[in-house]
Amino acid sequence: MYKILLREDLVPGIHLFKVAAPAVAAKARAGQFVVVRIDEKGERIPLTIADWDKDKGTVTIVFMEVGATTARLALLKEGDAVADFVGPLGVPAEIENYGTVVCVAGGVGTAVVAPIARALKNAGNRIFTILGTRSKDLLFWEDVLKSVSDRLIVTTDDGSYGRKGVVTEPLKELLESGEKIDRVVAIGPVVMMKFCSLTTAPSGVKTIVSLNPIMVDGTGMCGCCRVSVGGETKFACVDGPDFDGHKVDWDLLAARQRIYIEEEKCAYDEWRKSHAA
Amino acid sequence: MAKLNLNRVEMPRQDPKARGKNFNEVALGYSLEQAKEEAGRCIQCKKRNCVTGCPVEVDIPDFIQAIREGDMPAAVRILKSKNALPGICGRVCPQESQCESTCTLAKKDAPIAIGRLERFVADWERNNMPKANSAPPAKPRPSGKKVAVVGSGPAGLTAAADLARMGHGVTIFEALHVAGGVLMYGIPEFRLPKEIVQAEVKFVASLGVKIELDSVVGKLATLDEILANGYDAVFLGTGAGLPMFLNIDGENLNGIYSANEFLTRVNLMKAYKFPEYDTPVKVGKKVAVIGGGNVAMDSARCALRLGADDVYIIYRRSEAEMPARREEVENAQEEGIQFKLLTNPKRFLGNEQNWVTGAECYEMELGEPDESGRRRPVVKKGSEFVIDVDEVIVALGTRPNPLISSTTVGLETTKYGTVVADEETGKTVKDRVWAGGDIVTGSATVISAMGAGKKAAKSIDEYLRG
Repeated sequence: MYKILLREDLVPGIHLFKVAAPAVAAKARAGQFVVVRIDEKGERIPLTIADWDKDKGTVTIVFMEVGATTARLALLKEGDAVADFVGPLGVPAEIENYGTVVCVAGGVGTAVVAPIARALKNAGNRIFTILGTRSKDLLFWEDVLKSVSDRLIVTTDDGSYGRKGVVTEPLKELLESGEKIDRVVAIGPVVMMKFCSLTTAPSGVKTIVSLNPIMVDGTGMCGCCRVSVGGETKFACVDGPDFDGHKVDWDLLAARQRIYIEEEKCAYDEWRKSHAA
Repeated sequence: MAKLNLNRVEMPRQDPKARGKNFNEVALGYSLEQAKEEAGRCIQCKKRNCVTGCPVEVDIPDFIQAIREGDMPAAVRILKSKNALPGICGRVCPQESQCESTCTLAKKDAPIAIGRLERFVADWERNNMPKANSAPPAKPRPSGKKVAVVGSGPAGLTAAADLARMGHGVTIFEALHVAGGVLMYGIPEFRLPKEIVQAEVKFVASLGVKIELDSVVGKLATLDEILANGYDAVFLGTGAGLPMFLNIDGENLNGIYSANEFLTRVNLMKAYKFPEYDTPVKVGKKVAVIGGGNVAMDSARCALRLGADDVYIIYRRSEAEMPARREEVENAQEEGIQFKLLTNPKRFLGNEQNWVTGAECYEMELGEPDESGRRRPVVKKGSEFVIDVDEVIVALGTRPNPLISSTTVGLETTKYGTVVADEETGKTVKDRVWAGGDIVTGSATVISAMGAGKKAAKSIDEYLRG
């Protein structure tokens, strides 16, 4: 069992757990993920590592309530524990001094971008960060990203905070501003990563995305997470999760994320019914 | 000499119609009377050919004699001194090509049903000697040496059990959340109940073996770090976990599973109990399973039990070349699985929602024998036809996961990704590292993996006692 040492509700529906997992903390690197299983009847879900502390032996995860499992996870309190916490899985993000890197964070992806932006900053890069959410009340970790960014632009879909609009607009402006941009890291919902990749494609700036297909074991055993990159089938769990956004077959990824949409709805409805009282 | 009794005692089984709708075990096991009757047929040959046919060298005539005499505790003791996993082996070993094939009575087409008797002894112990599993057997004198075993499948469990009995401190590192490897995620409940696997894992633990779950070696500690951190030797038994695909058009359509994924969802994650268990699995009305091995049969029979109307086995050669056990093919046929032989997929067809709708296949014919000795299947030109399906399970075999070989210095691998190890000892070219099971041979059987684990344990023990 892996104990939850700290719980923080970042915004409605998005929660942070700091979990005691010393072995994972000792090896974790930016861009990697863990597979979490709540209890005996739970499914295995991949969650990206948002932070870790080798000395204290803790690993931080941030997750959004999107279905029965994440809703169940959100009921856990400090002192509770999850049955399984496996990792660190996946290939760590490539960290080098590229020059100037634009980090684009969307929604819960903010928590995934943060450690990568920090590592890139520590490697000597200049970091421009674009942080997008639907509205002000869903915005979190602005301060965290600000602390590792040379420049931070916040967008909200409804204009309730920062710039009104979506992240691709400031991204396009930065690319066209005459600034030399050496790399883009875009992490968030599939549609956001897809349009960021389309935005950067004409300039040819290397654009790294972190893919989140459905997984089971997370170690290359099942092939559930297969994605098509540059015409080749890859397993996101062992070949990724980071890939070249210009080569990803986005429509396939989006379609494969919908495989269990009926079952997910059924499970979520059941769960809500049983928790209505 | 008494007259030979050539009437093998049949194994009682669930009715095919009923069992196609449940996950309960198909074979029901002998009663004590049936076991005694079958044991009574053994002629106790001087030359023990059956033992030489067993990769873990169980003293077969001795435990059979004990059954005959009704001394079940003795039968248990004899069996378990060589085989820590008899309940598993009695169910999934291909006895027909091992101990039973070398039985003297095999010449008369009536070998002793050694597998069924082995299963009977293991089940008898579980039901009648519950304390045997909770009270640890007498501990050997500790050697003071530590061995790490990577993977808790049949090879790892066997190596760990033997090493512990030799007095070494053994820790198993398992990547998944339960121990057992393919015995838990691969082989279905109706062929190998998970309760039995866990009882035998518990027995191995009772020998003093520590089991660390959720431990992905190569991602957590690497093999080199394990060796540097107080372990004197390592046994690698990580199996062949990477699924192979056909690499044809349409293979990433929704509704196309690797057998590993389908079986993991159903067996390990218990998707057949969704939504009581959280993990879902899709079950089509018309399911095609590609392949002709045991894993293909398991997948097809799971799909049937989950409610598919039509389940097809699509296999490119003929029935004679099928690698699956005869018994499993017959079970599948009895349950109504439809065999499309000499058929091979060309591509998969899908709809606008990216769901698979059909398998376009070639008819095949058999040509000259290939390197496997089986006649090579050749495409019949212009023979394409479409089988309507809404689910496909690809069961073409597996390769070793590169996770460990790619994070370890000095381990030699073949072009198939298997680890090079001495056939007799399991020793790899890397100092203090042994390997055995599917990671060395590619996909094979539970018992051959156990045999490799046993040989490696012996070699490791010799090394540690130097």
